[in-house]
Amino acid sequence: MNVRIIKDKMMHAGVVFVTLCTLVPLFAIIYSVVAKGIGQINWDFFTKVTPNSMEAMLAVAEGKVIPGGVLQGIVGTLLIVLPATFAAVPFGIGGGIYLYEKDNSRLAAVLRMIVDMIQGLPSIILGIIVYLWVVVPMKSYSAIAGSVAMFIMMLPMIVRSTEETLRMLPNNLREAGLTLGGTNFRVMMRVMLPSAFGGTATGILLAVSRVIGETAPLTLTILGSANVCYDPREPNSAVSLLIWEFYNDPNMQSLIWSAALLLLVIVLLLNLLAKKLSKG
Amino acid sequence: MNDKIYKYCLITAVGLILPVGVGIFLTLLWDAMPAFEKFGVIEFITSCDGNSVAEGEKYGALPYIVGTLATSFLALIISVPFSLAAALFSGEYYRGKRFAGIIDSAVAMLAGIPSIIYGLWGFAVLNPILVSMKLSETGYGILSASLLLAIMIIPYSASLTKEFIMMVPSELKEGAYSLGATRSDVIAKIVLPKCMPGIISTFILALGRALGETMAVTMVIGNTNFLPKSITDTGNTMASIIANRFGEADGLQMASLIAIALLLFVITFIVNLTGKFIVKKLKA
Repeated sequence: MNVRIIKDKMMHAGVVFVTLCTLVPLFAIIYSVVAKGIGQINWDFFTKVTPNSMEAMLAVAEGKVIPGGVLQGIVGTLLIVLPATFAAVPFGIGGGIYLYEKDNSRLAAVLRMIVDMIQGLPSIILGIIVYLWVVVPMKSYSAIAGSVAMFIMMLPMIVRSTEETLRMLPNNLREAGLTLGGTNFRVMMRVMLPSAFGGTATGILLAVSRVIGETAPLTLTILGSANVCYDPREPNSAVSLLIWEFYNDPNMQSLIWSAALLLLVIVLLLNLLAKKLSKG
Repeated sequence: MNDKIYKYCLITAVGLILPVGVGIFLTLLWDAMPAFEKFGVIEFITSCDGNSVAEGEKYGALPYIVGTLATSFLALIISVPFSLAAALFSGEYYRGKRFAGIIDSAVAMLAGIPSIIYGLWGFAVLNPILVSMKLSETGYGILSASLLLAIMIIPYSASLTKEFIMMVPSELKEGAYSLGATRSDVIAKIVLPKCMPGIISTFILALGRALGETMAVTMVIGNTNFLPKSITDTGNTMASIIANRFGEADGLQMASLIAIALLLFVITFIVNLTGKFIVKKLKA
């Protein structure tokens, strides 16, 4: 074999090896979270609120699992993410359709730049913004503030995925609809959007999975809560925020990994579902 | 009639997104003003927090700007070989094969893992590894944060780089093969040079992501306020100082933190705009 062939083979092997190295952190992270978190997953984990630090310390000292769970976080996450999703979907799809329809207008160019800007905005800055816009006027941290932050985060992702999906549809689909006498509105609602369902739904699911794992803006908007709270005007908790709180509390070490496991499972399931939808 | 309603609906959606975007910038500027007025913009950017009573209340962004740039660039450098390899793997060597799809999904899963879980893993697994390798005394610091950030940005640069690699016309590659080039020749002399601008823009966009990452960095960087001198030093980034301090801040300190947020916003905006601009030029 001459040198060139050997060089070629080595490069091939190198690429394969380095690619596999890239996957090491993925498996290492999943392994750590599952191995350390599974022990604490029980019925109480989903149905009880977090015990205080003292109780947790006593349980750990006796070698038992920490009593209680993360119920207030689960309720809080739902209370924050669901309204944000319901608000972001219509506005996001509307914005996406606008960008698609008025492709070359000056307003569309400005809108596109702003959407990109919001998408690239570090989430902690969004936390500050919502703190100044919602928390300060309301004089209290609240689930509403958390929802507003999540809403703003989801908007650009949904706008962009809607626009890109619509753009990938063949143009004669639309022309056929218009030829049959449909108005722009009817063609969009009855022909274009249903055909774009897969891509748009994928975008929405990915947006939801992104914001469910988001923590930084929540520290500045919902503050945290030790009890289950259904009033959107009060401070609330969230699974991701609980991980941050547990991180600062040495007695909660085993509960932190279970909360991380819960979050990881939810997020990865949403990702898988999104992938399925984008193919179907 | 229907079309009128349609138009109004779309205008409403746009009418909400535009003011939010403009409002973000104006709010930051307005609330950061007290800090800039007190310290002056240049002075604020080039000094550290005051730590003597004689200086009074004094804040400066320099250590945090340095921390942000150091972690992000280091992360970018660490991530380059890995994202290039992953992109070559699924965009060139195993293009269209089932194996490539599996690798792609796995790499994409890295992007799905929440920042806070990366931080937790960095604290519990990565830091002890760094300590045992004698790279750092406690594990906390710029090095640890950069490694985490590198892992976090690999999926973004890998998938975009792959797109560019797949855009290289096959006539070019076939031409080279017909002249007797090996695959490594084709990659090194045709594919990579051809998509170099694309790859660079990809890395600029990845840098934009690393700049604003908050939770993972906050959990491993060590949170100290002095200027870091080496990569094993502890430090703080612009995002992590906000995450750490904003909750208890008020008055001038809050204005200073918002000023840091404004600076971070401007930096990420410029970086992202540059990257997107090049990508758009190349794809058109």
